[in-house]
Amino acid sequence: MSATTDHTTDQATAEQLCLPGFDDAERKWHDDYAEQIPDDKTVRNRSGLEIKPIYTPADWSSTRHMADLGFPGQAPFTRGIYPTMHRGRTWTQRQLIGLGTPTDYNERVRSILDLGATAISLIPCNSVFRGVDCDEVPVALLGTCGTVVNTVDHMDTALDHVSLSDISTAMNDPTPFTLLAFVLGVAKRRGVPSDRITGTSNQSDYISHYVANHMFYRLSQPGSRRVLTDHVAYCIERVPNWNPLSVVGQHMQQAGATPAETMGFTLATAIQYAEDCIAKGLDPDAVLQRLTFFFDVSISLFEEVAKFRAGRRIWARIAKDRLGAKDPRSWRFKFHGQTSGVDLTAQQPLNNIARVAVQAAAGIFSGLQSMHTDSFDEAITTPTEESARIAIATQNILREEAHLCDVIDPLGGSYYVESLTNQMEEEILDVMQQIETAGGMYEAVDSGIVQTMIGRSALDAQNRIDNREQQVVGVNCYQTTEELVQPTPYRPDREAMAAHVEAFEAFKTERSRSEVDAAIGDLRAAANDENLNVFEKVVDAAEIGVTHGEIISTLRDELGFGDPLIVT
Amino acid sequence: MTHPIRVLVTKIGLDGHDRGSRIVATYLRDAGHEVIYTPPWQEIDAVVALAVQEDVDVIGVSSLATDHLIVPDLVDALRAAEMSHVGVIVGGIIPDIEHQMLRDAGVDAVFGPGASRAEIVAGVEAIGNRVQHQKLTSGDFAS
Repeated sequence: MSATTDHTTDQATAEQLCLPGFDDAERKWHDDYAEQIPDDKTVRNRSGLEIKPIYTPADWSSTRHMADLGFPGQAPFTRGIYPTMHRGRTWTQRQLIGLGTPTDYNERVRSILDLGATAISLIPCNSVFRGVDCDEVPVALLGTCGTVVNTVDHMDTALDHVSLSDISTAMNDPTPFTLLAFVLGVAKRRGVPSDRITGTSNQSDYISHYVANHMFYRLSQPGSRRVLTDHVAYCIERVPNWNPLSVVGQHMQQAGATPAETMGFTLATAIQYAEDCIAKGLDPDAVLQRLTFFFDVSISLFEEVAKFRAGRRIWARIAKDRLGAKDPRSWRFKFHGQTSGVDLTAQQPLNNIARVAVQAAAGIFSGLQSMHTDSFDEAITTPTEESARIAIATQNILREEAHLCDVIDPLGGSYYVESLTNQMEEEILDVMQQIETAGGMYEAVDSGIVQTMIGRSALDAQNRIDNREQQVVGVNCYQTTEELVQPTPYRPDREAMAAHVEAFEAFKTERSRSEVDAAIGDLRAAANDENLNVFEKVVDAAEIGVTHGEIISTLRDELGFGDPLIVT
Repeated sequence: MTHPIRVLVTKIGLDGHDRGSRIVATYLRDAGHEVIYTPPWQEIDAVVALAVQEDVDVIGVSSLATDHLIVPDLVDALRAAEMSHVGVIVGGIIPDIEHQMLRDAGVDAVFGPGASRAEIVAGVEAIGNRVQHQKLTSGDFAS
């Protein structure tokens, strides 16, 4: 691993620190503390690091400032990737939205934009994630957790009255990126040039899907690798303001990985993707400037802040030294943070508003570029309009009222946070080294090492809750027998959904069969020819009405299906 | 516990999140039971076939993202396969107002988020013991 760390000077002596009286005062404090808490328990954070009751200049000295921190907008970007950070421009409010039919989605998205959201996202229905069309699954399961988008027409409806040249759109869209293909089809219809489109192929990181959600079923790993690099190459050339690579730590942390493991796995994954793109002949600077990250922000506030500060520092070194990017802008670790759903409880659900506020504050202190705040009912259901409004308001309150954005990296210089950042950095590098030893992330995922580590951490976390080492309000303490609020689960209108499926079936029969067959033939040919760009053919096929399910089944025929690797 | 219970831990439908099913499988194994574990996204017919093949006492279905809505179809399919003696338990994110729908369909127990290790193991054992007893006393299964 080229990224190394040296914090050997952290443990400074009082003499070195020129702090007369330090040793005596520390000794007295230690004695007082031990007398008052004779049976003090060991405290550990979620990454397993031992946390002391107090941190002092002996743990982190400001003589390390230039080596460890520097200034915002300057390598190694510990304090933030831009010179002005949230004082200049706050984060993008990007709520994840996905429900019902494209018409239902459009209604919700327009109301969110009216409330002040500055960007949108689209979460597709699980049937879409699964790689099938709406006529292949029970209607009961359609649209409950995401929008049923299978064609360019569906996308056109979903984005009705949403200006593609003004609003940044994030598509939760793993390989082969059919949703982006549909967006490009809509843009063409509306006469919006593709270089005016901004947004992100959110969750383009199939590794995270493999590891956490077992989404092997769309395409085999080599197939996904092929399509991902073609997609990056296509976007750099044709959709230059689109971020084709979003590397996702969120799934892994949600599945149980600790914050340190999550950062380690995610950076190890990013290295593999970047190296694939570079091996294909793409310029490292062009690739890395369009690479973003997507992370969970848990309620373990200081640990999260340290996770992101350490992650920025490690990534800057990797981008420069290992991946060979020359432009300092390519070394920036840009990330979207989503408040962690795993911390939310189904019990006493309104309490989740408080949890989300703390998580969101952690994200802001961490210097995120874009944020989603969960709705209080998300432990139970796809959010209702009311709960979605509160989630947006939480961001607005933190930004407008709480003075969190007055100072850049406000926790920087805290003995605790700096010391913790160093410790998290070592922990993250240790995880990355384990992956490196296993042959990189692809190998580590194929052999199940990563899944095993995540499963172990998930069980540890559950055991801590079961034995009450970790108290969770309403779950293992402060329980109430009656819930004040029972969120109503979101269930799309069954009849409207059935009509949507019926219209889809009619659409399929009305298409020109020869045109569809030709597009599928081109897709098949591209899949088998390394010299062609397979994503370009996905875009072409989508534009003439080939469906999501048809595109994926074609590629699956040619590039293989990935058998789920089950690790228990 | 007198006899290990054979439990099929599975996920049907469209979602692949398996944090819950992995943990429950571990709970049951730790308690000495025999767990048959499947990948997510099982077809209902495949679950029924596996239940027959493995002669399970209980099927535990894990659901995070509304896949519990098709559990009644699983119960119907078990009935059609003359496997209605098998206990069916659903665990995961199941809104309270949908518990009754599952109960009415013939689901034996529903465990929501926050159910403890002890509650889950005890619930599976109660249902599993009942099923085993039924198997022993019913003519179909008496040798």
